[in-house]
Amino acid sequence: MDFLNRHIRVTFILPSVIFVIAMMIVPILYTSYLSLHIWSGSARRAPEFVGLSNYERLFTRDPRFGDAVARTFIFTGIAVGAELTLGLGIALLINGKFLGHNLVKTLILLPMVATPVAIGMAWLLLYEPNIGALNALLRALGLPPQDFLGSSSTALLWLAVVDIWQWTPLMALILLAGLAALPEEPYEAARVDGASAWQRFIHLTLPLLFPTIIAATLLRSIDALKTFDIIYTMTRGGPGFATETINTYGYIQAFEYFQLGQASSLLIVFFTLILGVSLFFIRFRRRWGTAL
Amino acid sequence: MTTNYAVHVPQSALNVYAQQRRQRQALLGALRYAAIAFVLFIFLAPFLWMLLSSFKTQVDITNTRNILAFTPTLENYRNVFQQHEFLRYLLNSFAVAALSTLFSLILGLPAAYAIARFRLQWLGVILLTARIVPGITFLIPWYIIFSRLGLIGTLTPLILSHMLVGLPFIAWIMIAFYEDLPIELEEAAKIDGATPIGAFLRVALPLSMPGVITAGIVAFIFSWNNFMFSLVLADDRTRTLPIAIFNFLTYASVDWGGLMAAAVVITLPVLIITLFVQRYIVRGLIAGATKG
Repeated sequence: MDFLNRHIRVTFILPSVIFVIAMMIVPILYTSYLSLHIWSGSARRAPEFVGLSNYERLFTRDPRFGDAVARTFIFTGIAVGAELTLGLGIALLINGKFLGHNLVKTLILLPMVATPVAIGMAWLLLYEPNIGALNALLRALGLPPQDFLGSSSTALLWLAVVDIWQWTPLMALILLAGLAALPEEPYEAARVDGASAWQRFIHLTLPLLFPTIIAATLLRSIDALKTFDIIYTMTRGGPGFATETINTYGYIQAFEYFQLGQASSLLIVFFTLILGVSLFFIRFRRRWGTAL
Repeated sequence: MTTNYAVHVPQSALNVYAQQRRQRQALLGALRYAAIAFVLFIFLAPFLWMLLSSFKTQVDITNTRNILAFTPTLENYRNVFQQHEFLRYLLNSFAVAALSTLFSLILGLPAAYAIARFRLQWLGVILLTARIVPGITFLIPWYIIFSRLGLIGTLTPLILSHMLVGLPFIAWIMIAFYEDLPIELEEAAKIDGATPIGAFLRVALPLSMPGVITAGIVAFIFSWNNFMFSLVLADDRTRTLPIAIFNFLTYASVDWGGLMAAAVVITLPVLIITLFVQRYIVRGLIAGATKG
């Protein structure tokens, strides 16, 4: 006990460090190792070393991978762009006191804390072409019914809509916290100078809120690039490969095709990509840091 | 008297002006409430639809013309619990979420304290990385290692993998918490003869209880909602609810009532927790965006 007390730094962090090494660093190294091999996971046949050929195949002979990368970015762009716009609108709408302020803030939390698989199921029913609520609504408005997830040209967009529904509240709450932290003085000065509400928004709120907007956008983008639950439960990447992203392709390659070497090379590329985006985020934040 | 009269005229003109202003503001206020109500409706409607459908027979679900004309039935819930070993999956989910949260707290609290007090930023960055790296990067090694160890079919791989989600969040929230906690109290305790570990356990830990609750709840919800890790690491007996529901879809894709009942069962605990501890959850979820 005395020893533990004298080396308190080590005592306190060692369990976490061992856990992270065993559960994160060793697996990443093992995945890198597998990415240089061909293996089906069989205990009887050892992984066969093939050098960088998995990577070479990924970038030159696997069109499914390139498509998945493009779709991942399209999905993220649509979802995060809409979440930012709508989130900013909602933040401005519920900023300041009104009756039921706390209730509203609580209720809009629900989409982002609810279990993603259950959300996927609920939206599958909403999107159902024949008995779904959305087509019933369209018919009632005299509009043509949609195929939603059934059509390969629109399925990705409708999946993004679910992500937008789920995560716009987070964007709104982050921006709301940012709005609450804005200084009063510039607004008073602008009011004295006779600036309109729109001018105050464009010339004061947006620039002052900019660091928060960037931080929230990057944070959401990192998560949106990794989206798995909604896509896999609702379409499994289909119809065809129309909604297949890097994450679902990696999963299918590893756990449905058991091409562990191939999948590992894809996952290492994915890992590097996400880490790159995150480093950009951390550097950016250091520059603007204090405002967050 | 004349002075009074002279003042009276412009006053009434002012009143008219003020009245117009009040009317305009009342109109704007009403519009704002209508907009807020619309936003709330969008975020809550899928939940309401899910709940409504879970009390409908298959025939009532297919009738989209009159959505409220149906006799509520509990048949879907009865089926779910009888046919699909749901109780076992519910217990699995609860055990995994509770135990992974508990162990994450045991590892994460001392680590967060040490990072905050001894400025061990490098460890903070590593834990942050665990939050950022795509979880699928670890899945192939985990699956292989846990299979070799004969642990697939026990709850151990699920608890360990969910800890990798919970631990970074707990550390993240708590580092910020301990940084804000004045060090003087711990120093006073040390002067009174407390050891460093004693100072943490008897002074810092009790003072940080609100943060611990926040962190614990967020970790619990993340584990409860987790889909991808459980999909790979659970077998027939150790399945958690999200996997059970997902399989339910593939086997009985047309039983929408049952599916929605299952979705309600899994979502309800999370929604109830959220309603009660809303304030903490917002802080927990946006901790990453507003604090480092």
